[in-house]
Amino acid sequence: MSTRQFGARIERNIDPKLLRGEGVFVDDIPLPQPLHAAFVRSPFARARIRSINIAAAERHPGVAAVYTCDNIGDLDVEMPLLIPHSSMKHPHTQRPLARGDVYYVGQCVAMVVAVNRYVAEDAAALIEVDYDPLDVEIDIEKAVEGGAPLVHADAPNNIAAHFVQVSGNPDEAFAKAEHVVKIRVQVERSTAAPMECRAVAARWDEVSQELTVWDGTQAPISLRGGLASILKLDEDKVRVIAPDVGGGFGQKIMMFHPDELLVPMAAMELGRPVKYIEDRRENFIGASQERTQIHYIELAAKKSGEVIGLKDSFLHDTGAFIPYGIAVAQVASTSIAGPYRIPNIWVEFKAVYTPTVQVTPYRGCGRPQACFAIERAMDQLAEKLGIDRFEIRRRNLIGEKEFPYPREGLLFADGLKVTLDSGQYHKALEMILAELGAANFAAAQQQVRAEGKYLGLGLAFYVEGTGLGPYEGGHVRIHPITGKVYVNTGLSCQGQGHDTVFAQIVADQLGVKPQDVIVVEGDTKAFDWGVATFASRAAVVSGNAIHKTATIVREKTIEAAANMLEADAADIDLHDGAAWVKGSNRFVPLAAVATASNPLRYAFNKAAQAATQFAPASRHDGPPLEEGKAPGLEASDYYSPPCATWAYGVHGALVEVDPELCTVKVNKYVCIHDCGNMINPMIVEGQVHGGVAQGLGGALYERLEFEPSGNLANANFVDFLMPYATEIPDIKVMHLETPSPLNPLGVKGVGEAGCIAVGAVVASAVEDALKPLGAGRFHQVPLTPSMIQAALDRAGR
Amino acid sequence: MTSRRLKRRFAETAEDPTLQVSLTVNGELIERTASVRMLLSDFLRHELGLTGTHVGCEHGICGCCTVLIDGKAARSCLTLVAQADGTEVTTIEALAAEDGKLHPIQQAFKESHALQCGYCTPGMIMNIFGRFNEPEPLDLSDQGIRTMLSGNLCRCTGYVNIVAAVRRAAQLLGRV
Ligand code: FES
Ligand code: FES
Repeated sequence: MSTRQFGARIERNIDPKLLRGEGVFVDDIPLPQPLHAAFVRSPFARARIRSINIAAAERHPGVAAVYTCDNIGDLDVEMPLLIPHSSMKHPHTQRPLARGDVYYVGQCVAMVVAVNRYVAEDAAALIEVDYDPLDVEIDIEKAVEGGAPLVHADAPNNIAAHFVQVSGNPDEAFAKAEHVVKIRVQVERSTAAPMECRAVAARWDEVSQELTVWDGTQAPISLRGGLASILKLDEDKVRVIAPDVGGGFGQKIMMFHPDELLVPMAAMELGRPVKYIEDRRENFIGASQERTQIHYIELAAKKSGEVIGLKDSFLHDTGAFIPYGIAVAQVASTSIAGPYRIPNIWVEFKAVYTPTVQVTPYRGCGRPQACFAIERAMDQLAEKLGIDRFEIRRRNLIGEKEFPYPREGLLFADGLKVTLDSGQYHKALEMILAELGAANFAAAQQQVRAEGKYLGLGLAFYVEGTGLGPYEGGHVRIHPITGKVYVNTGLSCQGQGHDTVFAQIVADQLGVKPQDVIVVEGDTKAFDWGVATFASRAAVVSGNAIHKTATIVREKTIEAAANMLEADAADIDLHDGAAWVKGSNRFVPLAAVATASNPLRYAFNKAAQAATQFAPASRHDGPPLEEGKAPGLEASDYYSPPCATWAYGVHGALVEVDPELCTVKVNKYVCIHDCGNMINPMIVEGQVHGGVAQGLGGALYERLEFEPSGNLANANFVDFLMPYATEIPDIKVMHLETPSPLNPLGVKGVGEAGCIAVGAVVASAVEDALKPLGAGRFHQVPLTPSMIQAALDRAGR
Repeated sequence: MTSRRLKRRFAETAEDPTLQVSLTVNGELIERTASVRMLLSDFLRHELGLTGTHVGCEHGICGCCTVLIDGKAARSCLTLVAQADGTEVTTIEALAAEDGKLHPIQQAFKESHALQCGYCTPGMIMNIFGRFNEPEPLDLSDQGIRTMLSGNLCRCTGYVNIVAAVRRAAQLLGRV
């Protein structure tokens, strides 16, 4: 018997290619004589365009074409509103190229296509745009006040959406409360900053009338649908390929960024391949961002610390457009009660237009903000009641026996009721308590204080609704010649190791090595049913679809092999790449089974001889392929989750704050996390590590600095402080595995988990460290040295 | 779109001034005409097809574009190909053996799950490779390794496994 691959720490199939520099990212695709696009972007946050003069650019040597809104034909429209919702009264999406008005610094106004990027940029610089700048308000709290300049004239007070959800009876709970705490918390604007910026290349084949688009997207199938409908092409004439993609983190789920439409259009019109490789500055100013939310959260509690009600009202910055609907804010609002019972909830948000680039999901998608709000509020309540921070959580966590735990009245981002499905929250709490040495920490803290050292302990819980629908599919085929297994699904991969985890799932069913399972995704010509990679859903949705499919292929294989081996199907076992009669040394390789399952006319190799019409084993008493049967060992199946599966975890940190330099050093960082059954713990840990590092960036360093004019002051890696290895501590990850009862594999998603709690952990720890100095509370991230200094100044230190 | 459209004609080349460059890349002498302002990263990637060298910022911060120039780790995005004239350049493509067998640093990355999307990886590895080639002893403390990596950004891994990979590579190369 082969050992089980599910759950094993298997090295990744894709690594050798990436390590040798043989990965193929969009800009690596060899195209014949490609042309290169560059954009003219608005330098104003809000302005009216008086005129655009492209004459000099058109004359510039090496330029093939210059586009503005006036010569892009059918593309001169507002791009799709991807996720409509009734709470949006004035939804706006942007145009590929601005017409009349610009709404943020970085918005595309014109596109130049030229022989190379150098020339395209030269020509772009020759385009003269005459603007009338308009007044702007960047601050979301001021933007919703009457009299603030409007981003869109038809959206009063800049409100893009307003939504209230209620669970239980919050008013009654607050009336009964013995204690109420209310705090204001703020999380700042940030960006995914994948190391590979966005990129798109396109080729139009005049002969076959087919458009091929290479796009570093998380959603190739959805992108194809959109391209076909906007470019008015038959869906089957559009092929979208997401090749190797250098990180996505949600930014690449958003479609369309203008180039994703304009580059294919130009390729079609010019009859030459065209590519656009976003540069880093463009990624900062032109690609989707996320995070700014300001929450006013209130907890109603009994003396015992039991929280009986929660009210939260928050503002969510959606940028100048709202193409992805209210998804981010909705996820935040439905995650607001975290892992706690809290039976009565009132949560309201206003999505606010600001003259900045659009906001769409970035890893975490509203969860870090919600987690920051509830966890900071829990700390505050603990302090008010004089209860330990661990203890207050212990008294409120949902117990193991209380699952499934529904929150009536709250609809999640999939439109379905929030129901936390499973977990061992108390056990997680005990684990982190032990791992942080919390029992002895106060003494240690006390001891070093005499030496002028300020140590702090922080913790925060999170929950994460993962694995959203609607569905994904799987296609599995055992190849007749090599016996290798080919697997397809409708996702694309940005580094999460799909090719290995899906191979592990299939390997268990078919008794092959994971290295012999070849996963192909991200190509609509290979498989084109499905949705996309987002919401920590790949393992859950595609994983289960592939599992179901592999089970079918297993049955087919066993049946065919039983025939060939003249044995009972129940006596057949699949392992080591072959079908065996149990307890014997009689076997037939999977390649032979696959070949024999496909009636042949031509004997192109030895195995094929056995499948030809005159071979003894062929069927001679009817059509070679029995009525109702399909050739080969192959199947497709689909998985559609009944609702989200809820992963969770608790993070803790020990930090040292230097009150002179106002710096924070993380001495120890621990994650206890539970994503159900793990397919590959090594990959799970990698996901968590990466998430925590991104979380630490958001907790301490990363903040997009918009000037009052709307200009982004730090649109580069010099000024936007993304952590290097020197800023990230060792991260200890400990697993709990509570199988999700919702799907056959018992898995939950993990992609976003790592980043959610970090801000709350760091703020909790810094607050703890500086308590003896009377520095007060830290309710905003990133928590910068200047904030610490200001707090110490206020405390008179 | 109509297929009756006349085939369009464009300029095939830019009118940039050019110069002759001659440099050794991965052991092979290369002589080409290149635009005077062409970056070494673009030259390697698009003129020579060595697309393993990646570009993550083009302003010298991320380290994705790291190659060795005369044995020292350098940013190919901050180097004009004109400046590389007469030098010896080594890129990620030169590390594995002819038959594809991974170099011990690459092997260590694989064993340690030190890469996810793989975009930062070639630059990261070339930086480590450059450092390993220096005669000075390696500081393999956590801090020492992190300092060694401090010119390369990675957005996926949180660096934990890259630190482990450096240690493992040192082991495989007998540097501990
Ligand atoms: S691309 Fe050269 S340092 Fe970033
Ligand atoms: S592995 Fe993706 S950036 Fe490092």
